[in-house]
Amino acid sequence: MRGCVRPSEACLLLALVGTPALAAPERVVSMNLCTDQLALMLAAPGQLISVGSYAQDPALSPMAEAAKALPANHGLAEEIYLMEPDLVLTGQFSAGPAVAMLQDLGIPVQVLPPADTIPQIRHQITLMGDLLGRQDAARSLLARFDAGLDAIAHSDKGRAVFYDANGFTAGGQTLTGTVLAQAGWHNIADDLGITNSGTLPLEQLVMSAPDLIVTGARWPGRSRAEAILDHPALRHAARTPAVTTDSAWICGTPFILHAIESLP
Amino acid sequence: MLELQELCVTRRNRPVLTDVSLGIRPGEFIGLIGPNGAGKSTLMEAAHGLIPATGRSSLAMMAAPARARHAAYLPQAKEIAWPVSVRDLVSLGRLPWPGGGGTAADRDAIDHAIARMGLGEFAHRTAQRLSGGEQARVLIARALAQDTPLLLADEPIAGLDPAQQLATMRLFSALAQEGRGVIASIHDLGLAARFCTRLVLLSQGRIIADGPPDHILRDDLMSRAFGITLRRVQTPDGLAILPV
Amino acid sequence: MTPLFRLLIALVLALFLTSVLIGPAAVGTLASLKALILGGDGPLPIVMRQIRLPRAMLGLAVGAGLGLTGAAMQGYLRNPLAEPGLIGVSGMAALGAVIAIQTGAALAFALALPVAALTGAAVGIGLLVLLAGPRGGSVTLILAGVAISAMAGAGTALVLNLSPNPYAANEIIFWLMGSLADRSLVHVALALPPLILGAALIATTARGLDALTLGEAAAQALGIDGTALRWRLIAGVALIVGPATAVAGAIGFVGLVVPHLLRPWVGARPSRLLPASALGGAALLLVADIAVRVIVPERDLKLGVLTAIVGAPLFLHLIWKTRSGGRI
Repeated sequence: MRGCVRPSEACLLLALVGTPALAAPERVVSMNLCTDQLALMLAAPGQLISVGSYAQDPALSPMAEAAKALPANHGLAEEIYLMEPDLVLTGQFSAGPAVAMLQDLGIPVQVLPPADTIPQIRHQITLMGDLLGRQDAARSLLARFDAGLDAIAHSDKGRAVFYDANGFTAGGQTLTGTVLAQAGWHNIADDLGITNSGTLPLEQLVMSAPDLIVTGARWPGRSRAEAILDHPALRHAARTPAVTTDSAWICGTPFILHAIESLP
Repeated sequence: MLELQELCVTRRNRPVLTDVSLGIRPGEFIGLIGPNGAGKSTLMEAAHGLIPATGRSSLAMMAAPARARHAAYLPQAKEIAWPVSVRDLVSLGRLPWPGGGGTAADRDAIDHAIARMGLGEFAHRTAQRLSGGEQARVLIARALAQDTPLLLADEPIAGLDPAQQLATMRLFSALAQEGRGVIASIHDLGLAARFCTRLVLLSQGRIIADGPPDHILRDDLMSRAFGITLRRVQTPDGLAILPV
Repeated sequence: MTPLFRLLIALVLALFLTSVLIGPAAVGTLASLKALILGGDGPLPIVMRQIRLPRAMLGLAVGAGLGLTGAAMQGYLRNPLAEPGLIGVSGMAALGAVIAIQTGAALAFALALPVAALTGAAVGIGLLVLLAGPRGGSVTLILAGVAISAMAGAGTALVLNLSPNPYAANEIIFWLMGSLADRSLVHVALALPPLILGAALIATTARGLDALTLGEAAAQALGIDGTALRWRLIAGVALIVGPATAVAGAIGFVGLVVPHLLRPWVGARPSRLLPASALGGAALLLVADIAVRVIVPERDLKLGVLTAIVGAPLFLHLIWKTRSGGRI
């Protein structure tokens, strides 16, 4: 039982009944935006019974429409327990006290790491197929994803930089970096030694004279953190008009093909 | 130089000053006497237009800068908020005048006031660090620098040692003899009798007597206002008055 | 001009120049100045004119404003503990600014931001003057300030927490501590005109503040109109603290430290302390803003952290002196 980190009565019971390790779960609850999407793509009809509420937000989720067909959960142990799931899927960053409590209550929980690179995304698809007992669907999705990647023309388009609220940028080890690289852009963050995410002073960004600036998606409401994206210096810094990220840039799923296509 | 007609002040619906009419001529040194709470401070504040009052005060009706050039006011609280020098403090008396302290006339008035109060050696010291009596002299010097025909002083000798009290009364008397008008509230009846040209007795917000000192310091008035009697003792230096 | 003022002006100019020349993009002094003054092609003129110049200008203007308002409020309240940041005036300005930003009013109408902030500041200083007035003692002032600060802080936190924007809630620290990072000429244009107007209003209070040295009644008897003085002070402080806070957050202690340090050098006269504190405040904030860029360039260290490190011990010292009855 992969999901059982701690031994508990429920796990023991399931083991005694002799459920095969790869038997398909029948009541799957996903509570992370990214596992929500992969599960929606791969699950059999009726197999997935709830997704996280963020998956229903079109600003965050490219699959908001599909997600709205299912009841939403808010990552709370109580509501998820009452759904009587036989598998809970979550991401590494969503695994908080709710996950520990669900595990204590004997619910199998699968924590998936974020997928930021092409190999990681491919592995994630396979893993999700295994977890849901939907290996065939996973293989087919993988084939379509690979075909989509192959269809992208690999040409050198120039130097680009990602700029987000609070002056954060993304290096090669991030999903954003992967998208930039796949689209044929050279990521300036790599030159500055930023591999993951890190802050980039505005004047250093301007001095690096990028050909393209990709700015982070704007949230509703206003914040000073995002005000930097309106700085007049940023408008004059690149030749190409800035591109803003959208829901396709958030999770390591085949939707990153849309993100790649959105770049000039 | 100051005419008060039926001046009335109420505070929280209670009358604190009622129908006060009073005039002062150049050369007069009026001592305001009366028990605590009789309305002496209120009378001076209302006369200067510092608090709202009904009735008429010739001073309060003047425009602010003209009023400040006509009458100086020494409040009872001897307040010096910042560690400014004696000279700077005295120079505040010149604020109502054109130039506000910077002209040659201003400097003359300031020098004169400092010299008259014997503060020459303190001129560049910090006023706050002087003794209470010296601070009182600095504040009087400030009022002198204002160079007004009229001076209103609220309990100017309270808290001073006997020598300082005497010196202050002599100064006010001299100012009156120079042709100014001086009104001061005073608790020491003996000093008031000796130096004032006229006494005004207040009780419960009303003037109950107004006249030369020996007409006011009568047993019936004193017992009515203070509940005391006075013993008069003739001394070589003048009349001594002992409250009993 | 006295040597003190000459020294302060030279210091402010030198610090302004230093501020313009310091930044993460290491560029030579001459090239930087050339790009700043002559412009030209390439990214350097953008960096110098759009990023560094506004930052230095705001450091100078906001610092001068805070120093000036500190000196004016201390003169009016006759209390060396009065300071816009400590007693909630900046906090109320921040609340006004946050409301304008989060309701979208600032987006619809650019002037809404400074106007809302100065309204907040006016409410803050108005409440203080009402409660602590020129007759109120230190205890009243500090207690009123604590209450107003708490109210403003809670209101700011509430508005930011209710915002749909996930970053907003983390920005309480900016509104409490202040920063000049990545401000643009837009912010300069928004803050500078009301700041100058406020400074002009405060300059007209100089004589009144001098007279108040003798107490309220004596000042009135010297021909100072107490009511007019109060309104000019409230309006002046609001016009300065409001827009300054709207663009730079609530930066505390500048208005406390600077007048305290400069008071002995101007013979403690409130009127002379006003221009001296404005220059001193500009110098202090420029130093603080240079320091945050030199000490930890990769982090957006808040200005208020540095000013508090200098200011808080001084504040305690002043309270100690007031407590033991000593004069300041």
